[in-house]
Amino acid sequence: MKNQIRQIFHSPKFTVGFIIFAALLVLTVFYPLIVTNDPLEMVGQGNFFKPGTYISVSEAVNTNPYTLNLNASSSRLEQNLSMEERMAMADWLNQFAGLSSKEMDVTDAGELVSLWKDHYDSASEQKGLIAARKKYFSRLDKKITGLLEDRDVLLAEKNQETGEVSVKKTIPSTSYVNVKDVGSRRVFILGTDNFGRDVLTELVAAIKTSLKIGFIAGLIATTIGLSLGLVAGYLGGVIDDFILFITNLFTVIPSFILLILISYSIGKNARGVMMVAIIIGLTSWTWTTRSVRSQVISLRNRDHVNLSKLSGHSLFRIILTDILPYIASYVVMALILQISSGILAEAQLSMIGLGPATTTVSTLGLMMNWAMSYSAHLNGDWWAYFPVIISIALISFSLNLMNTGLDQIFNPQLRE
Amino acid sequence: MGKTMLEVDHLKTKYITRFGENVFAVDGISLKIEEGKSLGIAGESGCGKSTLALSLMGYYFAPLHYQSGTIKVDGVDITGMKPDEIRKKILGNEIAYIPQAAMNALNPTQKIISFIEDVIRAHDPGASKKEIYDLARERFEILGLPESVLKKHAVELSGGMRQRTVIAISTILSPKVLIADEPSSALDVTSQKMVIKMLRNLMEKGFIKSMIFITHELPLLYNVTDEIMVMYAGQIVEHATAKEMVFDPLHPYSKGLMGSILVPEKGARDAKLTAIPGTPPNLKNPPKGCRFADRCRYAKPACMLHPIAESRLDDGRMYRCYLEEKELREVYQDE
Amino acid sequence: MSEEKKPVKNSSCLSGTGVTKIFGMGKEKTVAVDHVDFQFREGEIVSIVGESGSGKTTLSKMLLGLISVTEGEICFQGKPRDIKGYHKKKEYWKGIQAIFQDPFSSFNVFYKIDQVLLDCIKMRGGARLPYEKKVEMMTEACRFVNLKFEELTNKYPFELSGGQMQRLMIARIFLLKPAILLADEPTSMIDACSRATILDMLLKLRDETNMTIIFITHDIGLAFYISDSIYIMEHGKFVESGTAEAVILNPKAAYTKRLINDVPKIHEEWDLSTV
Repeated sequence: MKNQIRQIFHSPKFTVGFIIFAALLVLTVFYPLIVTNDPLEMVGQGNFFKPGTYISVSEAVNTNPYTLNLNASSSRLEQNLSMEERMAMADWLNQFAGLSSKEMDVTDAGELVSLWKDHYDSASEQKGLIAARKKYFSRLDKKITGLLEDRDVLLAEKNQETGEVSVKKTIPSTSYVNVKDVGSRRVFILGTDNFGRDVLTELVAAIKTSLKIGFIAGLIATTIGLSLGLVAGYLGGVIDDFILFITNLFTVIPSFILLILISYSIGKNARGVMMVAIIIGLTSWTWTTRSVRSQVISLRNRDHVNLSKLSGHSLFRIILTDILPYIASYVVMALILQISSGILAEAQLSMIGLGPATTTVSTLGLMMNWAMSYSAHLNGDWWAYFPVIISIALISFSLNLMNTGLDQIFNPQLRE
Repeated sequence: MGKTMLEVDHLKTKYITRFGENVFAVDGISLKIEEGKSLGIAGESGCGKSTLALSLMGYYFAPLHYQSGTIKVDGVDITGMKPDEIRKKILGNEIAYIPQAAMNALNPTQKIISFIEDVIRAHDPGASKKEIYDLARERFEILGLPESVLKKHAVELSGGMRQRTVIAISTILSPKVLIADEPSSALDVTSQKMVIKMLRNLMEKGFIKSMIFITHELPLLYNVTDEIMVMYAGQIVEHATAKEMVFDPLHPYSKGLMGSILVPEKGARDAKLTAIPGTPPNLKNPPKGCRFADRCRYAKPACMLHPIAESRLDDGRMYRCYLEEKELREVYQDE
Repeated sequence: MSEEKKPVKNSSCLSGTGVTKIFGMGKEKTVAVDHVDFQFREGEIVSIVGESGSGKTTLSKMLLGLISVTEGEICFQGKPRDIKGYHKKKEYWKGIQAIFQDPFSSFNVFYKIDQVLLDCIKMRGGARLPYEKKVEMMTEACRFVNLKFEELTNKYPFELSGGQMQRLMIARIFLLKPAILLADEPTSMIDACSRATILDMLLKLRDETNMTIIFITHDIGLAFYISDSIYIMEHGKFVESGTAEAVILNPKAAYTKRLINDVPKIHEEWDLSTV
């Protein structure tokens, strides 16, 4: 046994798969200990905040400022002039100032703006431009002028009694605060989702739930498949025919359709995480039954089983000691694949809206479903769905890798 | 003395295991076959006789690797050839190989004649269908196989017929050496006899110039070959004519092996079977001295010390033992 | 040696009349064993010789009670055999045991060798014996087959060679001491040099316990060497039976003649012209 485990870890495939899977497990166990927030707490007011550090504005204003002699305007220009606006500026300069497009570099906002300031005159004739376009350029010019100004920002305070507004504080453009000095801040490594929930925290919780669904579904499917396969294969005869009939019946009905029908018919209220896991388990045992059965049939005529019979061992004992250990490695591999396909089945079900109907836990499939129904994929809010896809891929990749590694060890034909 | 068809000199080949260990399954084997002669190789499972068969073709693929020694087929050294070259130039027309499971190697979707076409066209791309068919029919007739077989699929033939067909296909180019590795062991006795009859026929008609026959069935070997070599733990322990080997073995291991023959003949019930205790050594780490010493009942302490060299008698008979011929005969006499 | 090898015993140990086994139904019906009659006497070594597909393995499984008999009756120690139900079968298996062809697949590789031998002691009603007594019994059984129990204990079957495993199988029989031993090609998977050892041990077992040994084999030379009487089987039927000398040296049936003729010999000429 010890030897076999050592051999398993000699397989690079299994080891890589195991490390990835273990890392995911460790993440789901330890992350909630560090970040104790409720994974489904709606923090953000609005959809899909970008990944980044969010700091409190009012606190920032009241924090002791540092004076840094930095030319803030150029970075402001970079930050605030959109590519579309820059292209329009370049077009104008090309058309009415006679500058060749080679001289201009739209990626350098500072350079472009200085050319603009040199040549633009709202009073000039601008032949061939409609009035609305002329106004657009004049608005753009005003915006640029505003951005270039390094005026101090005045902070006003309203007197409670008189209603008078008085200057409380002037903030020069050279004032900076250190982010560390601001107490109220929140880091959203993966941004927030449509309900303003922290995607990373939600994702870790979702991985945990999805793994749970996979394990339960896999265990149910393997238990049913193994026991039916053992009984059918070992006993044979009428019992075998009957079990094979049921199995064939379940095989010809596509299990995913069955899954959809069951999920739909039990209704939204009953469809919790557990229920979905059980449904998946109950619809995916067929191929385990078939393959266990065929393995058992080839085993039951082996001499060691005959010898065990001759030694007066009971049926139960023969199955337990002479059949089961021989197919144990095979069953473990089947279990791994069942877990992987259980997780995928949940994701598929949830994607079409038939997954766990719940707002108290997240699953990988539900996260995809939410991101999709709020059009995250259309608005380029990648953080809402891409990490979920990666997680699903990593889980099934690691499980399949472990399975292949095991297969190479237990199946002598694949050994080189 | 006929022309030498196959000459092997100190051939050494090894398996490299998954853990990188070297296992020398063929450890310094020399042999020579003349035209019209057949050589038998006997030994227990795991002694390296099947590896020897593979090694003799000069066709190595992992985990089997060439180590040292030379193989000459009809005077041509094939040791340095690339696998591709061996496959094109040597296999089929110089050396033919028939393994035990050969009969199961035929593609079930092809007719027998199309295998023959493949074999002939590989060496003579210009041959016409008619020429090939005529040649095949003639050869099959001489070998006692019905012509109708040519148009059948492999699955339509019985095991024995299939094995004989495979032999006929493999030897269609009249190779110089035929290596047959347990060609009849999976067959019932009657089919086995037919296979043997056909091999003899091939030799007599000159369709094969020489033959190496490998089996663990000694009575069969005695009836098929002119000379017999006994292999033990990757080495040849004795090489003699078939008659000498069966009735007058010299090496203690050969003696034990010949003492285990069981045949349904008068007097066989009164024979005393010899048993050799123990198991052959692990070739990963073979003993330094005589490889048979720890199972040999005549072993002396000196047997364990140094590798035993081959000794030759005047008539060319070879054996590998620390004891002299006279001493061996004396100890056998005492029993 | 034929004298001391053949103790005169007449009481019938296992006999059968019209024993038949049919597999499948309708079009797929195959008659594996076709109305065979036999009578094996106590202390006798009987060989059932046949080529592959002759039905000898099916017959041996019926004799062991591992598969049901379609038709006919088997009598065990003079009484019609009744093996309906687990307990009756268990009782029957105290009287008949087997050694199979492939020693490598005869053992459950997940259990230590001790377990195999302890099971035998348990089957003989020795479950409650003190452990020292059991070790003593196992050591004696191993000594009988020239194995050392101290070297085998706590080992797994795959750590043994084929010959050692087969000898351990005989040690198992030695512990069980059944009235009948059915040996299904016990030497065909092991090396020629170990074969003599196995055969010697089986003969010794017979001499010491007066066991009936039924040898199932395709090797007619082996059958001739070891057995007192021989049954030749072809296509599910016995075509000839009698004492070993009579059947082999004076065959009557055409099939037997062909079989003997086709086996390579060393003292007589092997006639290749007959095929």
